[in-house]
Amino acid sequence: MRNLAPAIKIASPAALRLETSGRGARLILGGDWIVAEAARVDEELRALSFGEANEIAIDGSAVELLDSAGVWLILRTKRDLEAKHATVQGPVLPERYRTLFEKMEAECIAPPVTHPHPVSFEAFLARIGRGTMHVLRQGYDMTGFLGRIAVETSEAVVAPRRELPFPAFIQQIEETGLTALPIVGMLAFLLGVVLAYQGADQLKRFDAQIYTIDFLGVGFLRELGGLVTAIIIAGRSGSAFTAQIGTMRVNEETDAMQTIGLNIAEILVLPRVLGLVVALPLLTFFADVVGIIGGMVMTYFDLGITIPAFMRELEGAITLKTLLVGLVKAPVFAFVIAMVGCFEGMRVERNAASVGKLTTRSVVESIFLIIALDAGFSVLFSVLGI
Amino acid sequence: MVSPSNHDDRDAVISIRGLVNGFGGTIIHDHLDLDVYRGEILGVVGGSGSGKSVLLRSIVGLNRPESGSIKVFGQETADVDAEDFHGLQLRWGVLFQEGALFSAETVAQNIQVPMRRWTRMSQELMDELAAMKLALVGLPEDTAQKYPSELSGGMKKRAGLARALALDPELLFLDEPTSGLDPISAAQFDELVRNLQQSLGLTVFMVTHDIDSLRATTDRIAVLVDKKIKVGTIETLVKDPQPWIHEYFSGPRGRAALADHVA
Repeated sequence: MRNLAPAIKIASPAALRLETSGRGARLILGGDWIVAEAARVDEELRALSFGEANEIAIDGSAVELLDSAGVWLILRTKRDLEAKHATVQGPVLPERYRTLFEKMEAECIAPPVTHPHPVSFEAFLARIGRGTMHVLRQGYDMTGFLGRIAVETSEAVVAPRRELPFPAFIQQIEETGLTALPIVGMLAFLLGVVLAYQGADQLKRFDAQIYTIDFLGVGFLRELGGLVTAIIIAGRSGSAFTAQIGTMRVNEETDAMQTIGLNIAEILVLPRVLGLVVALPLLTFFADVVGIIGGMVMTYFDLGITIPAFMRELEGAITLKTLLVGLVKAPVFAFVIAMVGCFEGMRVERNAASVGKLTTRSVVESIFLIIALDAGFSVLFSVLGI
Repeated sequence: MVSPSNHDDRDAVISIRGLVNGFGGTIIHDHLDLDVYRGEILGVVGGSGSGKSVLLRSIVGLNRPESGSIKVFGQETADVDAEDFHGLQLRWGVLFQEGALFSAETVAQNIQVPMRRWTRMSQELMDELAAMKLALVGLPEDTAQKYPSELSGGMKKRAGLARALALDPELLFLDEPTSGLDPISAAQFDELVRNLQQSLGLTVFMVTHDIDSLRATTDRIAVLVDKKIKVGTIETLVKDPQPWIHEYFSGPRGRAALADHVA
């Protein structure tokens, strides 16, 4: 139990005594009326019964220490009695505490604070309403942002007076692509191992282990390679975009850019979007290759399929189209990740908490959109018969 | 105002001897001595980077000095155990520069954080006391339910002050309480500090840049120059030949602020 007891040594505990005589009563206070004693004294005061008495004198002349919590308790007792139509005399307090008491008697007249009630039905409905409006608003703003970026991009590409921020673009490819190679490679390799192992395990039952390779090749190239890479990059670069731009918002850097006449979309958003659109397909291809290698290692150890045999089977299972179907989705995913990341970054308000909140939201939104889009692509490809 | 000469018999709430602070090879405080007496408002001034905030942070234990002794209420802050240090923490309140209110909680909840941590008061009593603190720092009732992000700079500082006063401390640390406030709010804040100091009997350690605020509130002034401290009142410091102190009090801003005070 946490309490003040070990920390503050109370010299003389607060005391109170009630002497009643018919209609008159004396409330005698003594000791230290300080915050450390407030919890106990509060209970005792609330438990007091004044009975018939309606002429009460409060005598605090024996009070040794008094702070604002103590004054409050005395003041409240006095007011409660007066509200019950009792006449209250005093309180008599040591001279040194008169000013504090008078100041508080004059100033502290507000009712107890109240707290917002998140549980009421009304609040519940209001939250649903606010949430709905928020989602609609978000969609509306995002469409606007998309339009703005589209116009900026085409202008930057078409108009010769505006050069693309080329160094920033290359830097983004390095940051989002090159430096992500180890993590993407590692995870793709492990995923390849896992898929091969699970595939082999199931297919063994039908004596069809060799088809593990078909399953691995098609599954990885068409779906998993791209999906996993996009999810990793959403967590790694999408969040970084939001945090970077958001911090610049907090720091008023984006406002400074605007006053100088720099175009935020062109300087901050374009290099990130274009950089990622280039980097993600490359990363996806890398993940495809490493994932297949992971599967190859696993099939070698688990099923004893040699590398040439693996290659032969793989060649029969996949075509260039299999690879392209997977890769064509990557620029779309990249665009979504970068757009969401930058968009949420631009929405950061001027407080530190907002950066964290919107960074989280940016990652959740891009991963949601990636998976939804991937499902959309699957439907599209099956309709087109690809 | 208390004159600085006859304080020998007074009770030192903070007593610093031979304090050395430094970062990465640069020394900020070089064997610095300072006493803060019970019931006074001490203003701490100094140029940017002179270590005013570091001094404050050293006293409240947020920064570990390289050497020297800091005693608060007669207890050495460096080598007390956790429990005794909590005992000290309960007796002081700190107002940080921007208020440092917990952004996830309302103003009322912010004020109740120290109460909840250290006392067993009922929610009812805490709600009453929070309203009382808000009234004392001059905030309207409806501030209680607001979140820090909905408050102006001056209101944040008042709310921060209410939280610092939550457990009725004896010693109050203020880190640039008037910075970022307009002159009217700054003057109101000065008055509030002076007023609370008198009615609650506080000892106040106030880091500031604001010469108006020094004049309006402080009893004594500690100037951080050349890694040491010089203590005096406005009257004595104005006559000090040290170049930074001279520039501070007798430069254009200093003269304007002290016009009616020194002439």
